[in-house]
Amino acid sequence: MNGYTQRIQPGRPAGDVVIVGGGPVGHRLAERLHHHGHQGTVTLLDAEPGHAYHRVLLTSVLDGGLDPADLELPPVPGARGRRDVRVTGVDRRRQRVGTANGESHRYDTLVLATGAEPRIPAVPGMHTASGRLIDGITGLRSLADCARVRGERVVVLGAGPLGVETAVALRRSGRDVSLVHPGPHPLNRWLDATAGDLLARHLVSLGIRVETGRSAARVEAGELVLDDGGLLTWDTLVCCTGTEPRTELARAAGLRVRTGVLVDGEMRTSDPHVRAVGDCAEHPGWFPGLLASGWDQADLLARTLTGHRSGGRRPRTVLRLRVPGLHLGVLGRPGLHREAGAAEGDVVTFSDPSRGRYATLAVDPAGRLSSAVLVGLPQALATLTQLHDARRPLPDDRLALLLGETAVGRRTSVLPPQDADTVLCRCNNVTALTLTGAWQNGSRSLRALADTTRVTTGCGTCADQIRELCAQLATAEKPVARHEPPVDARASGR
Amino acid sequence: MSEQVRTSVTTHCPYCALQCGTRLHHRARGDGPDGARVTVEPDDFPVNQGGLCQKGWTAPAVLRAPDRLCTPLVRDGAGRLAPATWSDALDAVGSRLREIRAAHGPDAVAVFGGGGLTNEKAYLLGKFARLALGTSQIDYNGRFCMSSAAAAGTTAFGMDRGLPFPVTDLADAEAILLAGANPAETMPPLMRHLGRAGALIVIDPRHTPTAQRATLHLRPAPGTDLALALGMLHIAVTEGWYDRDAVQHRTVGFEAAWRRAAAWWPERVERVTGVPVALQREAVRTLCTARRAYVLTGRGAEQHSKGTDTVAAFINLALALGLPGRPGSGYGCLTGQGNGQGGREHGQKADQLPGYRRITDPRARSHIAKVWGVPPEHLPGPGRSAVELLNALGTADGPRALLVFGANPVVSAPDAARVAQSLSRLDLLVVADFVPSETARLADVVLPVTQWAEEEGTLTNLEGRVLRRRRLLSPPPGVRSDLSVLRELAVRLGEPPDRYPDEPRLVFEELRRASEGGTADYSGISYPRLDAGEALYWPCPERPGGPAHPGTPRMFLDGFAHPDGRARFQEVDHREPAETPDDRYPLWATTGRVLAQYQSGSQTRRVPDLLRAAPETIVEIHPDTAARAGVADGDLAWVQSARGRVTARVRLVPSLRTDTVFLPFHYPDDGRANLLTHAALDPRSKMPEFKVSAVRVGPAGPRAASG
Repeated sequence: MNGYTQRIQPGRPAGDVVIVGGGPVGHRLAERLHHHGHQGTVTLLDAEPGHAYHRVLLTSVLDGGLDPADLELPPVPGARGRRDVRVTGVDRRRQRVGTANGESHRYDTLVLATGAEPRIPAVPGMHTASGRLIDGITGLRSLADCARVRGERVVVLGAGPLGVETAVALRRSGRDVSLVHPGPHPLNRWLDATAGDLLARHLVSLGIRVETGRSAARVEAGELVLDDGGLLTWDTLVCCTGTEPRTELARAAGLRVRTGVLVDGEMRTSDPHVRAVGDCAEHPGWFPGLLASGWDQADLLARTLTGHRSGGRRPRTVLRLRVPGLHLGVLGRPGLHREAGAAEGDVVTFSDPSRGRYATLAVDPAGRLSSAVLVGLPQALATLTQLHDARRPLPDDRLALLLGETAVGRRTSVLPPQDADTVLCRCNNVTALTLTGAWQNGSRSLRALADTTRVTTGCGTCADQIRELCAQLATAEKPVARHEPPVDARASGR
Repeated sequence: MSEQVRTSVTTHCPYCALQCGTRLHHRARGDGPDGARVTVEPDDFPVNQGGLCQKGWTAPAVLRAPDRLCTPLVRDGAGRLAPATWSDALDAVGSRLREIRAAHGPDAVAVFGGGGLTNEKAYLLGKFARLALGTSQIDYNGRFCMSSAAAAGTTAFGMDRGLPFPVTDLADAEAILLAGANPAETMPPLMRHLGRAGALIVIDPRHTPTAQRATLHLRPAPGTDLALALGMLHIAVTEGWYDRDAVQHRTVGFEAAWRRAAAWWPERVERVTGVPVALQREAVRTLCTARRAYVLTGRGAEQHSKGTDTVAAFINLALALGLPGRPGSGYGCLTGQGNGQGGREHGQKADQLPGYRRITDPRARSHIAKVWGVPPEHLPGPGRSAVELLNALGTADGPRALLVFGANPVVSAPDAARVAQSLSRLDLLVVADFVPSETARLADVVLPVTQWAEEEGTLTNLEGRVLRRRRLLSPPPGVRSDLSVLRELAVRLGEPPDRYPDEPRLVFEELRRASEGGTADYSGISYPRLDAGEALYWPCPERPGGPAHPGTPRMFLDGFAHPDGRARFQEVDHREPAETPDDRYPLWATTGRVLAQYQSGSQTRRVPDLLRAAPETIVEIHPDTAARAGVADGDLAWVQSARGRVTARVRLVPSLRTDTVFLPFHYPDDGRANLLTHAALDPRSKMPEFKVSAVRVGPAGPRAASG
């Protein structure tokens, strides 16, 4: 029987899976297939010779927090990992992939997780006559790229998410860092001017030279000439100027490719036996370049291939910069709702520039978040991210939401206003009324109140509060329990 | 009984694992039952230092519970529980057990014990099950409260003692991380120690009274504590704040544990848990810069289908910071039930024999068999864990009879409706209790037994300190001790009576020998030493001829209990709960305790002051969530999961997450929070996932008067 050439039905086992690309997304897919009880084999073919590692943590290597070896991904149980194996072609008819060292792997499902490579801008002087990048210029996609960062002076080209994170990591390691960006502010594809300005100010406060509205005109030995004639000296020039999906294999196999390999909602390419995930894939609903998206796609695909419910809804897009001390996040795609017209729903904006705080939330008519940009509001960012991911309505009090709960500290020494049934000693359920009554019946000290009401005899924390109450009662010599005590009585009752 | 009934005794509170020291007084004779004349006052015992919570102050009221069981009950032909004589009741149980065993084999009879039983009771119950019944089917409600910490702790350190240091050490800490514990309500006097620490960092989805007193409160979404713990380790490593020296010299397995934590960078943790990166960093920084620091876990970390891994992740954090094994620092678990510690050491757990021995270990089996005077092959092997046992009752290959001592699983076990169904399938249900608990009411035979102030014994508190429970009162006429019940039943099953002493002191003497050489070695501990006021923490081996062993207040200072002396990191990763919210059940429900009630409430609901303070099931809910559900403060609401529906009174809590509701589990009938919970089990500890269920909420009718 020729079972594996059948089209795989929803809910049917995916058979033998071959994954091309051993980066974090391919690795995640293998891990999730195992997690979901995938029955067939899983083969991971990776062109890289070394261990698979967390690309997201490259900036932690740049800033000195981690050693390269710390980034290694754990082995995936049940998966056959083949490293240093370059896939040379796909025979879709026979469902086989061939490798440079002559291996041939049959698949029921082939998954392309080939990732992307840095896009090096066409700036004069970057390449040698033979077309190689000159020494000291690198992208930042791999540990090898990190190892190419040398010297004290580093110029980072491009202030997208990777450029900003890279600049900060290099600065944290003590280097002299310039960040060059043609847009009006860093992250201008994600942030409006207000948020972008706060980000730029933060970067400047870290000691990074931020050159926005500038682009590289040409590269000379150890110098970068900007389009306004400015000069930046560099020992290393890091290009964070976007990526190109690696699609050669898909193109050669005749799959439909635009910028990336085109996929449907279940990551299926134009051949139903071939899927694509991560940075090499293109789908209008997924924002490229975010690891979280790649992982979400791997999760979704693993569920699909093992016959599990896919969860139905595509995970939300969240950009959360990995920059210590900077609480900046973008939920959804803020540009889109504005273009679509904000006629439906609300836009809530909060701006406190001198304290570095800013938020703009687009809220749909059902009270759910369409998109948001947040800077300097850590609690709100965390809360809103969860509400956004779960598609839950926002709390009604939007301002309280943005400010986050007030800082949680030890009990304030100011006695709060009391109702008669305010419990002052929780351990023994003693109310203000009970205490006032006991006071009036002659228990005129903390000790005496403890004996008659058991107040303070549990955890003991309320003792200060009860001392204050005693002082108040002594001063006022009138019951406080039924009324809010006058302000002066409270103030003088210390 | 040899013990004199006294007018005043020094003993301990009957409730939680803190075991506050108390003095009980029995006022001069007057009218009314004995219990009416008992008063309590807190003692200056180290754990409570003169403090006592409302539960402790009002504990004597349980002695005079109006519905106290004072006569055995046997279900009659009409299906009613009718009074019976002891001999009739015991004979009935004995003959039914013999029949069931003869027809279906020894494993057809099961035993369910409790973490509130004294060491002597727990020990004799295990012996009774293994020898008199010959069954492997014994487990207990401790599976619900600390088995995940026990499993994680044993793997990490080679042994598990809740706190491997005295409680009083905590007061000198510069920082304490409290993960998933709310002692301000569940063991209030503990706050006397925690409150003196420099910084208190609390991890809890709710802004509990404990969290309100914290320096930092980290509020993860229910079921995400494991991701948070992994993230904290990640920060400690990337910031270079961990103790490389301790990791290198005192542990093994760091690299594998790190490889999992490496994937949990703070921004990812923020997205999964909802805890801001800034708070994560501040918490780790506080912990790492403290010269003396502790990591403590409670039920909130444990009661998950990944509870063991969650505790392991917090232990990993503690190990990376070099805390365990360092004087003035450490890791500990806040055990819950009164004898939660001792109850897990003496053989009422499906996989263990006395002395915290593994039932599968041939040396352990031969030691215990020798003490018990039987050949080792006489001892059954490991049996089903608590929830597996309850679910198996009355099934084709499951037990057909169940004996319950010191537990109320109809209220306290997960998926409570299913538990009640399982019990109804039994041929015989026997419950020994001192009040007609919800489980007792379903029984075929109810045996009335003594309670705390009426009995002698020992308990082991959360520090591993062995304490004396002392008798103040004679039990009411008609009431017998659990030990005597076990002895009488054993005799009816053909056992020699002297194998089952009904005198606690004699049982303890045997327990000493049984525990000798085990992990929890009590052989050097004796009633006279305890009565002389010695503070004895196990292990405390006997030293024949030499000076008495002083006990072990602080463990691991000379190395961990693995052969190489090193602690083990555990390679753990985050995973989702067994059940996640969806359109049908969009909210998280999490369960727990309130200050004025204890466990299934069978004791505290009988105390008028406590019932006034906390009369009924409440559901804590955010005001916005309540408004969307159509319920207002004080309304009755229903809370529905895929398994059942609870009626609860609405309490609006603005500090709660909008996606989460909270219900205490102390109440009976349709107020049982465990009608909602899921019997998904942790694969290592077999603890159920009490802390996470998916639910929805709606109005349950008009606003009714409370109480």
